[in-house]
Amino acid sequence: MRTSDPPDGAPIGRRVFLGLVAAGATVVVAGDPLTRALNRLQTTLATHDPTGLSALIPGGGWRYYTVTSGFPSVARADYRLHIGGLVARPLTLTLDDLADRPRTRLIRDFQCVTGWRVPDVHWAGVTLAPLLHEAGVHPSAAAVQFRSFDGVYTESLTLPQALRSDVLVADTFGAGPVPREHGGPVRMLVAPMYGYKSCKWLSEVRLVPRLTGGYWERYGYAQDGWVGHSNGRDDAPT
Amino acid sequence: MPKTDGSATPTDATMPPPEQLVRFTHGERLTHRTTAGIVLLLTATGLVLYVPSLALIVGRRPLVEAIHVAAGLLLPVPALLALLSPEYRHDLAALNRFQPHDWAWLRRHDRREARLPIGKFNPGQKLAAAAFGAAGAVLFGTGIMLLLPTQLHLSNNLREGATLSHDITTFALLALLIGHLWLAYTHPEARRALRSGNMPYRYAAREYPGWTREQIAIRGRKSK
Repeated sequence: MRTSDPPDGAPIGRRVFLGLVAAGATVVVAGDPLTRALNRLQTTLATHDPTGLSALIPGGGWRYYTVTSGFPSVARADYRLHIGGLVARPLTLTLDDLADRPRTRLIRDFQCVTGWRVPDVHWAGVTLAPLLHEAGVHPSAAAVQFRSFDGVYTESLTLPQALRSDVLVADTFGAGPVPREHGGPVRMLVAPMYGYKSCKWLSEVRLVPRLTGGYWERYGYAQDGWVGHSNGRDDAPT
Repeated sequence: MPKTDGSATPTDATMPPPEQLVRFTHGERLTHRTTAGIVLLLTATGLVLYVPSLALIVGRRPLVEAIHVAAGLLLPVPALLALLSPEYRHDLAALNRFQPHDWAWLRRHDRREARLPIGKFNPGQKLAAAAFGAAGAVLFGTGIMLLLPTQLHLSNNLREGATLSHDITTFALLALLIGHLWLAYTHPEARRALRSGNMPYRYAAREYPGWTREQIAIRGRKSK
């Protein structure tokens, strides 16, 4: 192909290019306030949106994480929660066993350590403390380890943290069961801490003599993951 | 093209317009095609990573993520290799420059009938090219930030910002791509030019009169 002389005229293409790149960079730098604003917008829209499409607004709403190659699943009838380790009476609980125990409801913001936050999430389930008392915690136990049936994820709390009234074995999310992508049928909810402390697809709660850390702690996340006071963040506490 | 007897210089009368004008070289078409393939792969894997219901259906998140990252790293490669081609560089220069008739084209409602001497690309294409390039650059840059947050010592704020910028740019790019595909669908001659390299003379004369005149003049000089 033959070409002619290069055209003259103002380099508008370059200016548009650089302007848009600068806009993208501005969003990177102003990410924190923008994410908060979009979260608020998304929440407002979601309450008037039967399609669920508002969940796709960038920066708003839930993001789903899994550390394995998919979202694990288990039939509701086959689900078992084991409470063992340094206890007098190890427990194996079905979903019905959990449903029959005294129920606790919690309405809390859910804050991820990566910045997103979902306000006023409705959770229900059984507080962990009475389950631990029921199993009979051995005096030598100092920490609690949580295991996921994804086979990989683990988390841990000190015993005093695990006995807080806002630490929940959650089987209800909103009006229904905890969906698979949210860690159903049963997950932990450690309400005052960042999301990674709340083990999804919970299969085992184990009393241990000392803290064991967990999946993300190996990558440098804080063991005591209090919202607003850890991981170098200053979010409002949940 | 043969020289016409009895004519010292080629004229419009002696040089019948060709059926087809060469619009894109083989290299340019290959650049477009490989970039389109990479963008398709990025869009598909990106949607699976972003849309929860798709993520549930597909699963295999580490594999999907690895494909997305690999495709993302490859994204600039075809365009950068194409810089070796003078025709591609010339087209970039043509996309960059706005001439008075370009502004008139953007302003006027009768732009199709106004017989403006539009060059190889109309200003809509020029703006779209700049936007595509910027989207690619922002997605590449923020993608690297999301890939190596620890190695780059990024603060939480910057990681959050990179995530948001990557998401917003993706949405803008998808809107742009839908428009791009719609225009390709409604302009078969332009679409075919990217497949065969050739554009029908009649179409070129209507849509890109300035470029068409230029091409005819070059052919004239060439056959002199």
